[in-house]
Amino acid sequence: MQPTSHSFKENAHTALHDERLQRALGNMRAGFQDKRRAAIDKLPEFEALRDQGRDIKNHTLAHLDYYLERFERRVTENGGHVHWARTPQEAREKILEICRSVEAKTVTKGKSMIAEEIALNDFLEESGIEPIETDLGEYIIQIRKEPPSHIIAPAVHLNQSDVEESFRKIHTDLPADRPLSEPRQLLDEARAKLRNRFIKADVGITGANFLIAETGSTVIVTNEGNGDLTQTLPRIHIVLASLEKTVPTLEDAATIMRLLARSATGQEMSVYTTFSTGPRRPEDLDGPEQFHVVLLDNGRSAMLGTEFQEMLRCIRCSACMNHCPVYSVVGGHAYGWVYPGPMGAVLTPTLVGVEEAGHLPNASTFCGRCESVCPMRIPLPKMMRHWRKREYERKLSPAPYRSGLALWAFFAKRPALYQRLTGIAMKLLGRFGRDKGRFRSLPLAGGWTSVRDMPAPQGRTFQELYREKKGAA
Amino acid sequence: MVEEAPQKKPRVGLFVTCLVDLFRPSVGFAAIRLLEQAGCTVEVPEAQTCCGQPAYNSGDFADTKDIARNTIRAFEGFDYVVAPSGSCAGMLREHYAELFKEDAEWGPRAHHVGHRTYELVSFLVDVMGMKGVEAHFDGTVTYHDSCSGLRELGVKQQPRSLLGSVEGLKLKELPGAETCCGFGGTFCIKYPDISDRMVSDKADDIVKTGAETLLAGDLGCLLNMAGKLKRRGEKVQVRHVAEVLAGMTDQPAIGEPGRGS
Repeated sequence: MQPTSHSFKENAHTALHDERLQRALGNMRAGFQDKRRAAIDKLPEFEALRDQGRDIKNHTLAHLDYYLERFERRVTENGGHVHWARTPQEAREKILEICRSVEAKTVTKGKSMIAEEIALNDFLEESGIEPIETDLGEYIIQIRKEPPSHIIAPAVHLNQSDVEESFRKIHTDLPADRPLSEPRQLLDEARAKLRNRFIKADVGITGANFLIAETGSTVIVTNEGNGDLTQTLPRIHIVLASLEKTVPTLEDAATIMRLLARSATGQEMSVYTTFSTGPRRPEDLDGPEQFHVVLLDNGRSAMLGTEFQEMLRCIRCSACMNHCPVYSVVGGHAYGWVYPGPMGAVLTPTLVGVEEAGHLPNASTFCGRCESVCPMRIPLPKMMRHWRKREYERKLSPAPYRSGLALWAFFAKRPALYQRLTGIAMKLLGRFGRDKGRFRSLPLAGGWTSVRDMPAPQGRTFQELYREKKGAA
Repeated sequence: MVEEAPQKKPRVGLFVTCLVDLFRPSVGFAAIRLLEQAGCTVEVPEAQTCCGQPAYNSGDFADTKDIARNTIRAFEGFDYVVAPSGSCAGMLREHYAELFKEDAEWGPRAHHVGHRTYELVSFLVDVMGMKGVEAHFDGTVTYHDSCSGLRELGVKQQPRSLLGSVEGLKLKELPGAETCCGFGGTFCIKYPDISDRMVSDKADDIVKTGAETLLAGDLGCLLNMAGKLKRRGEKVQVRHVAEVLAGMTDQPAIGEPGRGS
């Protein structure tokens, strides 16, 4: 996916004026927040679990080489294969090679953000292989040729009528007058369409929520069961995952799983939790003949040992975006790449560069709600600030903004001068603003007054009045 | 009124905050009155300007450190540092230590000041044990929980408990009180479109409560919300919570016409 994060401002502007999108976002907001709250209120040990989850991931990241090698060894012992990919290109080529080994024509896919990250669908299509998304949300955006706008609810930017319209356009073999106004009808139609695809596919590709070093298992959680069909029906199952999904033991995975669904959708558990440990054994009733794990780095190992290491704890639950006041008014597409919201504001610059994605860590009020709901206690605002620091040091932020800041800092560092100057300025502003109590426009304050009035200052500064009072006393 | 207050009168350094200093000195005087009522002696060091957040949040850590060193020098002699703002108190308390964590000299000094720094209302309630105030305010108010105070410092019940003691005042809870108003320091100027939508949604919620007055503990958020409400021609009056708690509401509300000096 070609990033458009550099045009975040334009993207956001369009989103803010898109009424259909705003309706969809409005519906999303309360749902996710209330459900999470209710699920957490029912689990008294939730805060302790967060600490445990954080500690498990911190431990794993501190010994990532060990656990990755252990994972690889276990997968191989189970009869599977692990492929290491440093770049998206390497991952795509490895997947293509596996697909070509069985002359695959179609590939079914469970939802995988990594597949979005490496733009796998476009690549497979160009290589003559048809990828079919089987998660309902992913299926909808695939037929609309749109990127996901949310990491667990990829089509959350759409309303039901948008989906109906798309289905009517694509499923032209069905009667034009069929009823499609109910969610159930849409679901049944998608299910019927996908059923044949599952059976015909030669290769199934899924992501992974966890890679378990102890057993060499991969885990996916879904609510639709499509992941199970994707990985058990075809001859080959490819798991595409990034390095940081590793945890040491089954128990660790179970601990973090208790945080995942509650934080994401407010469920205690997702409907399906599927463990895959190698290919089908002779006595197994089903399962793939071959089991491959493609492990993608794509910049992750370079985050180790930096101020962004803690980002690697992320379990992609989306609680941060579900609670972010900026995400909730601009939607995911505005962020211009695979990962939106606060987690994307930290991750995207590491993956596509701060030159491309510098807006994202800036477009935050630092309200801190993302951090307060993050099950892995990732200090998201702090890391966004680190991006701003890097931008500032590399002089990437706009020149007028930088010089304004420098001028302000010059005075802020000199209290006596600062107080003399602000004393004069406030007296003037106070005098001009007294009649109305506010300004509709002010020179140099266009960003403020374009959308709201500027309340007038009372006139004298506190420091002046306080000195006067003290002198009189 | 004051129970279990420290034996000796604590010496409090008032960190005025730049916005209170420049825009609304009455909040500073209200803070002094409340602190004195609680049994503190209050001083206002002259060598203060701003906590440094504009530079800090813009990634300019060098200037932030210079400003922070000034602030630390000015306040390290006090028993407590109190600011009528959760955002600035959070900066001193949480972020100064982070800034100097690898600095052998300034790290401990930042820690020393940070650990003595409080947001005004939480200081009154949590440290000074204030149970109520002697103030009167006629009308229905609603309260917005500013983000930094709420999430960095846990300011939530304290203002509500003191407001509950104000004679004549009726508090009506604001739906979405914990959702950011869209101020965010330089955010509101850098992304006016997005900030506008956030503060417009906030204004809708405020108006829907039917409250006559909106209160909060941070002047940045208050200027933002007042600016939007006034632009829309709403009648809601906007004030810093300290003004009401101190019984000092003679000044026109934020953005209302009236005296200057």
